[in-house]
Amino acid sequence: MRLPNWPRAALKTSIAIACASLSACEEGVLVPKGPVGAQEKQLLLEALIPMLMVITPIILLTLWFAWWFRASNARAKYRPRWEYSGHIEFSIWMIPLLIILFLGTLAWVGAHQLDPYRPLVSSRKPVRVEVVAMDWRWLFIYPDQGVASVNELAIPTGTPISLQLTSATVMDSFFVPELGGQIYAMPGMETKLSLLADQAGSYRGISAQFSGDGFSDMHFQVLATDDKAFNAWVDHVKAAGTRLDDAAYNQLASERSTGGTLYYASITNDLFAHAMDIATRRPSTAGAASPAHAGAMLTAGPTEH
Amino acid sequence: MFGKLTLQAIPFDQPIIMGTCMVLIIGILAILGLITYKQKWQWLWTEWLTTVDHKRIGIMYTLLAMVMLLRGFSDAIMMRSQQALASGNARGFLPPEHYDQIFSAHGTIMIFFMAMPFVVGLMNFVVPLQIGARDVAFPVLNSVSFWLTAAGSLLINISLGVGEFARTGWLAYPPLSELSFSPGVGVDYYLWSLQIAGVGTLLSGVNLITTILKLRAPGMTLSRMPVFSWTALAANMLIVAAFPVLTATFAMLIADRYLGMHFFTNDGGGNPMMYINLIWAWGHPEVYILILPAFGVFSEVIATFSRKPLFGYRSMVVATMAITLLAFTTWLHHFFTMGSGADVNGFFGITTMVIAIPTGVKIFNWLFTIYGGRIRFTSPVLWTIGFMVTFTIGGMTGVLMAVPPADFVLHNSLFLIAHFHNVIIGGVVFGCFAGLTYWFPKAFGFRLHEGLGKAAFWCWFIGFYLAFMPLYVLGFMGMTRRMNHYDDPAWLPYLLVAECGAVFILIGILLQITQLVWSIHKRDELSKDARDPWDARTLEWSTTSPPPAYNFALLPKVEGLDAYWEAKQGAEASPQKAYEPIEIPKNSGLGFMVSFFAVIGGFGMIWHIWWMGIVALLGFIALLIGRSWDEHDEYELMPSDIARLERAGVHAS
Repeated sequence: MRLPNWPRAALKTSIAIACASLSACEEGVLVPKGPVGAQEKQLLLEALIPMLMVITPIILLTLWFAWWFRASNARAKYRPRWEYSGHIEFSIWMIPLLIILFLGTLAWVGAHQLDPYRPLVSSRKPVRVEVVAMDWRWLFIYPDQGVASVNELAIPTGTPISLQLTSATVMDSFFVPELGGQIYAMPGMETKLSLLADQAGSYRGISAQFSGDGFSDMHFQVLATDDKAFNAWVDHVKAAGTRLDDAAYNQLASERSTGGTLYYASITNDLFAHAMDIATRRPSTAGAASPAHAGAMLTAGPTEH
Repeated sequence: MFGKLTLQAIPFDQPIIMGTCMVLIIGILAILGLITYKQKWQWLWTEWLTTVDHKRIGIMYTLLAMVMLLRGFSDAIMMRSQQALASGNARGFLPPEHYDQIFSAHGTIMIFFMAMPFVVGLMNFVVPLQIGARDVAFPVLNSVSFWLTAAGSLLINISLGVGEFARTGWLAYPPLSELSFSPGVGVDYYLWSLQIAGVGTLLSGVNLITTILKLRAPGMTLSRMPVFSWTALAANMLIVAAFPVLTATFAMLIADRYLGMHFFTNDGGGNPMMYINLIWAWGHPEVYILILPAFGVFSEVIATFSRKPLFGYRSMVVATMAITLLAFTTWLHHFFTMGSGADVNGFFGITTMVIAIPTGVKIFNWLFTIYGGRIRFTSPVLWTIGFMVTFTIGGMTGVLMAVPPADFVLHNSLFLIAHFHNVIIGGVVFGCFAGLTYWFPKAFGFRLHEGLGKAAFWCWFIGFYLAFMPLYVLGFMGMTRRMNHYDDPAWLPYLLVAECGAVFILIGILLQITQLVWSIHKRDELSKDARDPWDARTLEWSTTSPPPAYNFALLPKVEGLDAYWEAKQGAEASPQKAYEPIEIPKNSGLGFMVSFFAVIGGFGMIWHIWWMGIVALLGFIALLIGRSWDEHDEYELMPSDIARLERAGVHAS
């Protein structure tokens, strides 16, 4: 059988385009900068490649069968009553079953190995960071260093980062594509995530869960540096910032604005517990019913970057 | 007197909205004027608005779906244009408070008011004909179901010009959808329109299950039932099991917003995670409600146009029922990132993948149905082959995201968006268009223009790949969904390609409109062999096109699968039996009036105009009482009438 030339050309072109597209990804989850992201990428490819090996023949068979058994092809054998074959029936149940057996194992083992709650194995003591999602900023509290920052997460490379997350407002999702892992930040609840950056660099963090009008600007910068630079950053924050006590926190959490980096030189103890608690005390009805088109005040917030 | 409703609710300062509203109002006035000018009001009322004929109700469902497709697609192309423009420091043409409404409306409308009415419409039209029944089990209830869906879609469209729509995404996750974060009427529009439409869908599910289980023609055992009817049975079982969950979930959110309760609030002991669990306990079965009937359509199309019985009928039925059961075991994969723990995530990852087994079996079954066939490449076949290729890819990306750690990096990204459009457009929408083209001649007595249909397919097919393949890449690059603007210039080229895809799909839609208009215009030329234009296999093709009100003058006797095909092969004229009287349900205005009060009541509740709610409630009670005393809801067609109608029908077709 001779295929006309254009499907081959189209196939070649589309493979070329697909490769070019993927290799153009110089950012994101295919270019991990830490072990969590790297293992997740690895697992993703381990699942993807066997599936591609199965679906590619299916797609090609579909096209080939459809073309070969076209009504005008007199050479194709017409079997008007052929509707059952025990062998084929058995195979078409077994093929997907076996793939799913393999992928299911992958999923189960992966879910346990890469459980975000599981501490990373390392000889170094983890750096603890408490994260509070706000409308529409991220607050990072360093309880051991006694500092806090908004929209800037400085971390030392090679050290596990142990994150505890909650939200002062609606649901958000903490995600740094280059570092992998993702976990929801939810009001009145605490979630955990362990991350580690191998390479120094500046990575973008986002909220991956829509949280309202300022959502698109709700990103933060991850500054992964060596220990020395990290300590310098802590000193810089201590020198530059103000104190974040419960009152200052409440003020910060109630500002519905986007963007901007803030530093707090000192914090009160149990600020995270206060954040968890106060989120469940927010009155469930808005003080004054706003008019139907009340989105316009959004632009009031600073958006400098 | 008017609750929260003031003149300020109409966004006079928004040129895009006001322009759209003006065009809509002019369009509606033009249609109303035309009806008046042609003196068609009487005809419209008796032939359509009060009809209880399942075929006409099915057609009205489908028409509603197609109109809503235009609305949902307008939202889509605005979103694509916004993202194509809002790169770097640019902010595009839609501010967040408007953009957020658009993506919420797009999802809500496409699922609830496009895909649902489309599949329900196809099932409504086809199932009774395919199982050799004269109507659905409860014809008046069927009309009520349709009109409740129509009421919901009217309310959601009113939100365009009066007030606002939800700015929460299509599933309105609390606490964002609670009063403290969404004080406007947008979420109330969402809740009430879906609550009303959801009740309609549930009633329709009850109706079709009863129809399939009780009204099959003599001899049609379940094991002789065509696969489309099987998938319809499965989908309606899912509807009956899943929609009460949706209604209850929305009722709790309504109680939070209206009565100050604390089911899902941050304060007062509420827990928003519960809503997310409940909404997906409905939401995941919902995707199978949509896709199973589409699978049924492809099964009919591929068997008919291959001139072969469906390969592996029993496997197909088993696979369908397996999917129906498994549909309720996977909902948690929508929030692997909510911190449920490794055991729970691993379990639901596996259950999700297990669904791929029966789905994969179906793909193979269609493949081997083609094998040894004589395929005619009509447009329904193009949609089917396009589906088989596209859906396989979408299924693969779905299984990929069922691996929890892979989901951690892809959750809520554009990869996810690409995945579910890949299965919903490539599966449900292609299936609906295949079904529309396939059964159109049965409904109207003439075919749709083939050339235009094929052109529309290619535009949709190419447009789909252009619009969504770049989104897979963007998902890998870390772009999340629902972004109003972004400052990463590397994303722009992909979004520009996606915009081109949307334009291709737009051309496809325009071609489909042209196809419809052109085919109506040339209907005399296209009405050749309308009774059975595709040389089909199932019972719906054994009656005239369009079928008479009673579908079959003599109920068919079924002796095997593909009953009509076997009858054609036998070609022995069965001995003419005498007609027997047929009871036919009379027209009923009940559905239309229920819908009228549902719109009044829904609108009143949305705007806190309590007296309107009370009026609607009284209206419902009055209708119920009135209906209970209506003892003359059927009339009898005598054998002589049937003989006369049959002669006329045979000559007409």
